[in-house]
Amino acid sequence: MRANFIFSEVWIGLRRNLTMTIAVVVTVAIGMALLGVGLMINSQISSMKDFWADKVEVSVFLCKKNDPFPQCKGSGGVTAQERAELETTIKAMPQVESVQFENADAAYKNFREQNANNTVLLSAIQVEDMPESLRVKLKDPETYGAVIEALKGAPGVSNVVNQKELLEKFFSLLEKVRWAAMMIAIILVFAATLLIGNTVRLSAFNRRRETGIMRLVGASNLYIQLPFVMEGVIAGLIGGVVAAVLLIVSKVFLFDGVQLYLSNNSELSWETLASIITLTMVIGVLICVLASFVTLRRYLRV
Amino acid sequence: MIHFDNVTKVYANQNRPALDHVSVDVDKGEFVFLVGPSGSGKSTFLRLILKEERPDSGAIHVAGKDLSKLSNFKIPHLRRRIGCVFQDFRLLPNKNVYENVAFALEVIGKPRRFIRKVVPEVVELVGLEGKAHRMPDELSGGEQQRVAMARAFVNRPMILLADEPTGNIDPATSIGIMKVLDRINRTGTTVVMATHDAAIVDSMRKRVVELEDGKIVRDQSRGVYGQAY
Repeated sequence: MRANFIFSEVWIGLRRNLTMTIAVVVTVAIGMALLGVGLMINSQISSMKDFWADKVEVSVFLCKKNDPFPQCKGSGGVTAQERAELETTIKAMPQVESVQFENADAAYKNFREQNANNTVLLSAIQVEDMPESLRVKLKDPETYGAVIEALKGAPGVSNVVNQKELLEKFFSLLEKVRWAAMMIAIILVFAATLLIGNTVRLSAFNRRRETGIMRLVGASNLYIQLPFVMEGVIAGLIGGVVAAVLLIVSKVFLFDGVQLYLSNNSELSWETLASIITLTMVIGVLICVLASFVTLRRYLRV
Repeated sequence: MIHFDNVTKVYANQNRPALDHVSVDVDKGEFVFLVGPSGSGKSTFLRLILKEERPDSGAIHVAGKDLSKLSNFKIPHLRRRIGCVFQDFRLLPNKNVYENVAFALEVIGKPRRFIRKVVPEVVELVGLEGKAHRMPDELSGGEQQRVAMARAFVNRPMILLADEPTGNIDPATSIGIMKVLDRINRTGTTVVMATHDAAIVDSMRKRVVELEDGKIVRDQSRGVYGQAY
């Protein structure tokens, strides 16, 4: 009986303010979707950082024949003696954990694996194009500075690349995207709060006759306010469902797609996504409830 | 049933009190007319009983409860024991007679079976049998006021407050309204009616409390409206 009454009132309220309800649903949906994307990027960053933590190396590329790098000019590529000297120097450094030599064939094989999808690139690159390198693993990936300084310009070295530096550029880009998503989400949440406030105010005005009589005959405050709050909750829930769909779509088409080019081991799991969706839905509904209650206190005397 | 002890009420931004040290007692089952010119404090008196307003000083007891000690949470329960009728009826235009009366019970959570039983009884008590499915705009002013009285009385309140219930109704129809109020009073319900209608007060011969500038200037059992008007 009670539930019946409240739901019919909620339905009438939502239908009367249809355009406002749509505005609330859209704002909540986009706001929550962006919040969810922010959280997804967050969990991606940390899982990728974990994945790469013990894999980052400093690559010391060695000169090959006719190498365009200025340090290698005129030389016929790195000599066996230069290579052996380099290896001993690096091994002697206190920061270094291990050194491994990677010849052109191995480099080509890795390259093929990493770019399995990119047929154009694969057909253009031959084994002879791949440089030989020394793969240096550091005890602490943060201490790359001194190692790089010492090896740059050493005879036989064409270039020194620190993977950590590359990764950090990539992570800082991801972090910027995350912050942007979060900031827009916050603005949208603010807009949603105002919209809900307005919807509730319109609703309260439309139903002032009913609420006046309810007050008079002694309906409890909760009973008077519940239909208004439920309107907010339902609009918030619908927005949350739309946001969930957007998040699932963005996982399948965006995140999983990007993963193919990075590393297969840090794929965003469905469990993480489910918990993110739950969190965004709860936040969405909570915002709606709070906004409704705050506005009701102003516009509905009890 | 209603007990005012030295009650003063001053509205914000007004120098003159709406009620000025008013003390009055209304016993259970009494019928009291509240008379006086506009602005004399009649409506304030009724609003204080409902705890829609709070007095600035003095104590009010309604149905044995000290209103100053009644928490906001308990106000709805107070109002369930008080029925209200107004000059402007305050019916829901999109609900028929039956639904308007049933609404008062639905919103306080009464079971449907109970509602189906008592609503027709009350509709009959106010003399609207056979019109339960009419919409308010299909009824005359007098009939609409009967619906409002049915709604006020359906929960069997201990007190019925009527604020100029005949203010929008012609004298002939008003007699019918007063008969219903009298019938409700005879069931043991205390009735307090604020009115300007001298003819009605004179014909009923009930207790009359007259207010002027917020003060009680006359309290007379079996009184008349007064010579001055």
